[in-house]
Amino acid sequence: MFFFSEHHILSTVLFTPLVGALVLLFMPHGLGDLQRKVANAFGLLGFIVSLPLLWKSKSASAEPFQFIADASWIPSLGVHFRLGVDGLSVVLVLLTTLLGAIAIASSWSAIQTREKEYYILLLLLQTTVLGVFMSLDLVLFYAFWELMLVPMYFLIVAGGSENQASAAIKFFLYSLAGSVLMLLAILAVYAHRGTFDVREILLHPFTAQDGHVGNWLFVGFVLAFAVRVPMFPFHRWLPDALAEAPAAAALLLAGVVLKTGAYGLLRFSVPMFPDAMWKFRSLLVGLSLIAVVYGALICVAQKDLARLLAYSSISQMGLGTLGIFALTPMGLYGSVILQVSHGLATGALLLVTGILYERRGTGLISEFGRLAKPMPKLAAIYAAVTLASLGLPLFGAFIGELTILHGAYEVRWYWAAWSLLGVILAAGSLLWFYQRVMFGAEANPANTDWLDLDRRELALLLSLILLSLWIGLYPTPLFRALQRPVENIVSAVHPEFRSTAHLRLGTSGYETAARTPAPKPTLPTGEAK
Amino acid sequence: MDWHSIFDQARTDVVFLFPEAMLVFFGLATLLTDFLLTKPQKSWNALTAMLGVLLSGASLWLLVRPATEHQTAFSNSIVIDPFFIFFGSILLAATALAILLSVRYLEVEDEQSGEYYGLVLLAAAGMMFLACGNDLVVLFVALQTVAISFYVLTGYLTRERRANEAALKFMLQGAFSSAILAYGFSILYGIAGSTNLELIQRAVQQRHADFPGADLLTFLALGTITAGLLFKIAAVPFHHWAPDADQGALAPAAAFISVGSRVAGFALLLRLFLTVFWPVNLDWAAVLAVAAVLSLTLGTFAAITQTNLKRLLAYSSIAQAGYILLGLVAGVNRDGTLHERGLQATAFYIFTYAFFSAGAFGVIILLRQKGVIGDEIDDLNGLIHRHPVAAVFMLIFVLSLAGVPPTAGFVAKLLIFWSLLETGHPYLALMGALYILPAVYYYFRIVAAMWTTDGSDAAQLPLVIGVTQKFALTAAATITLAAGIFPEQFLRFAKYSILGSFGL
Repeated sequence: MFFFSEHHILSTVLFTPLVGALVLLFMPHGLGDLQRKVANAFGLLGFIVSLPLLWKSKSASAEPFQFIADASWIPSLGVHFRLGVDGLSVVLVLLTTLLGAIAIASSWSAIQTREKEYYILLLLLQTTVLGVFMSLDLVLFYAFWELMLVPMYFLIVAGGSENQASAAIKFFLYSLAGSVLMLLAILAVYAHRGTFDVREILLHPFTAQDGHVGNWLFVGFVLAFAVRVPMFPFHRWLPDALAEAPAAAALLLAGVVLKTGAYGLLRFSVPMFPDAMWKFRSLLVGLSLIAVVYGALICVAQKDLARLLAYSSISQMGLGTLGIFALTPMGLYGSVILQVSHGLATGALLLVTGILYERRGTGLISEFGRLAKPMPKLAAIYAAVTLASLGLPLFGAFIGELTILHGAYEVRWYWAAWSLLGVILAAGSLLWFYQRVMFGAEANPANTDWLDLDRRELALLLSLILLSLWIGLYPTPLFRALQRPVENIVSAVHPEFRSTAHLRLGTSGYETAARTPAPKPTLPTGEAK
Repeated sequence: MDWHSIFDQARTDVVFLFPEAMLVFFGLATLLTDFLLTKPQKSWNALTAMLGVLLSGASLWLLVRPATEHQTAFSNSIVIDPFFIFFGSILLAATALAILLSVRYLEVEDEQSGEYYGLVLLAAAGMMFLACGNDLVVLFVALQTVAISFYVLTGYLTRERRANEAALKFMLQGAFSSAILAYGFSILYGIAGSTNLELIQRAVQQRHADFPGADLLTFLALGTITAGLLFKIAAVPFHHWAPDADQGALAPAAAFISVGSRVAGFALLLRLFLTVFWPVNLDWAAVLAVAAVLSLTLGTFAAITQTNLKRLLAYSSIAQAGYILLGLVAGVNRDGTLHERGLQATAFYIFTYAFFSAGAFGVIILLRQKGVIGDEIDDLNGLIHRHPVAAVFMLIFVLSLAGVPPTAGFVAKLLIFWSLLETGHPYLALMGALYILPAVYYYFRIVAAMWTTDGSDAAQLPLVIGVTQKFALTAAATITLAAGIFPEQFLRFAKYSILGSFGL
């Protein structure tokens, strides 16, 4: 079929939500539930059309990127509309389409005013995020990267309150501050390499031979991604944004928008500027380690559900960046798996927050207590997603955290030990929070006559939990999909690993890797760089 | 040369004057036909004026082919080249937008009259001459035509004290700047012994060869002419008239003056600098860089504190002029040759700026309703509920002004930064990029106002919009988006205008 052929499938996946947004745009008001149904249909369709990526991608293919779509976009500037994916992108693309569909479905009853604009924005946001994950042209990537801010801004600002306006502009300015520097860095990359083609640049990374240029460009790229991740000193926008956004938008923000930052680090910063990466590694690892513990410590003091999740996300993302900057295959695997499971688990937690908010009109913990009695189903689900989020074995986050700690331990044992502290703290505060909301000392009289979860809410939350369980129980497919991209990154930045990489990471993914004894504390030559 | 051959020559040359002639003819015609119309019929004047713009556009279209051969006319005093076609079409488009946006506004203001449209067309004719003039005398007369029309347009609303004040300020400062400019022109005449730009170019080149290093006389000419032209484009430190004029004038007139003055000013600036001052380019690049940095800084930071929309846009336009000047700075390589991408970026920026800036003014014009002035930021409150399409249009224009994809402003800024990096000005590029942040902050005050739920009392009224206004805004928004998503054709047009005329 035309739409699913080798060269068109990515465009199909990319533009399905956009088509949905356009259809909604031209639908008149006052059609009752029809707009909701159309939006849900396109959300679901967006997920379905992305599924063929699962079985069509060939992990054994010689080319690092598949499903290339390439059309000249602005010939006089040498800018192409160029899409392509590798295993890393496929995983994140599927996460995006899945969470996009869930976000739309979860808004059925939560959004009652101006739902048309709301759904259009959700679909537009999904398109821009997908564009970021698929672009193989730096200018196209940047256009999607910056365009993403616009629907996100309006999703936050839509409520119209003063706080929302300030949270939205804070988000916009923080992100933009990093991005404009990346724009200059992209143009400078062109000045040195004569192309915007990501594949070409990955083949000719910036090394010490390029002098200081590589360092400057690395800084330009990393700042943009560090704001988005968010890494430690650049995180201030996230709590406000998550607290003020409606639940579905917060789900997409934490679930996929944050992932674009880590994706950028993995796709651009690390493999394009290997020497600069080594130069800045200790700084970046330091910031990650601070984030892990700092985020967890702040968690303890939070009074609001969404803010708690923001700081626990900062902590988990710190672990994620630690995995990236450890520059070992284990760290990279773990980082991506943690991203995915964080998207699922924190997404589910944000949905629960949204459900509580919808019924009670607030996210303040002091308003809750003994909710387990009127809402037993919610209590059970909330328990499950909390456990999934804090990294209990059987859930995806556990695999991610374990693998990252493994990767970090390979380099320095105290990195792993320190971050374990953060993991435990974050887990403790999440559990404490759960206990106060669901059991607690006394019931708030306002909370006694609540409706429990309905079937739609239950189905959405269960699907997220099941996926998280699946990653926790059988992560092999994920490891297999990530094997090529991780090998490519490691061989670009850490060539010493290459000689032994296929021995240890073999052919069958996680089992082989896990059974192999941890390698000798990493090669001093690599460290000396 | 006997009278016959002169006559024959003039008969062929006159074709090249058609675009301007149409504007002048219909401009005068509106003054006359105005007497035939009763008060309710006065809006027909706009139709006459639009007819003039359309016919002028058609004549310009007929000149596209001769322009590729670089024709001159009337003893070399005007030149028909791609540069003229490019800037002529921008100016005509800006004029058309101004007329279309004016109709309903003047209706509400109860000031519908033929003079208004006549003045707009005469100013447009003057601006067209600025784009094609090849002789100091022609250029100076054209400048004065534009300037006088603008003074009157600024003070058009005689019952408004603010308008009178703005017009007086504008005129006094304008006269001052014209005098300085005339002084610079006289020095050029002194150097070359001719008013023709090509001869002057040769003379300046000769002088540059004779006096390597600092030549005070050319530098004095450069300095005075730059000062005069910076006034026209309202760049710092010659910007004081712009905020007052934009706030004091009728909103559509403010849009026309703000956009027209800058586009025509940049046309003249580009032509003078790419011909006459081309040999001394290292000096002018430095002078323009200073003006650009000052304009960016002052325009950006002054705009942050404004509460009046017209004033805010006036300051933001000063910052926009700073970006365009940066493009000119990037028009020269370190070794003194011209840099193609920088000039292309400048031309592209000017082209798109005319549309998104006029569009932003256009939305403010819509806010003027019976009994509502509507030029404060608060007046935008809740626009998304009152008129969603207008709010989305404003969003597009504001994103473009700020330089966010997928709008024309993004491509324009990308090109400017790119050429700055290529010509070895990384710090200017960095500065230009960082100034986007405060710019986004104040532009998004507009956006936030449009999306708030609590509106003032005036904001509850329904928004009545004229057909012509709808058309003008749709056109401006379409071009802003089209040049952002598919910029290729626009980029080619910009490149052709520069390469075809100055052949780097």
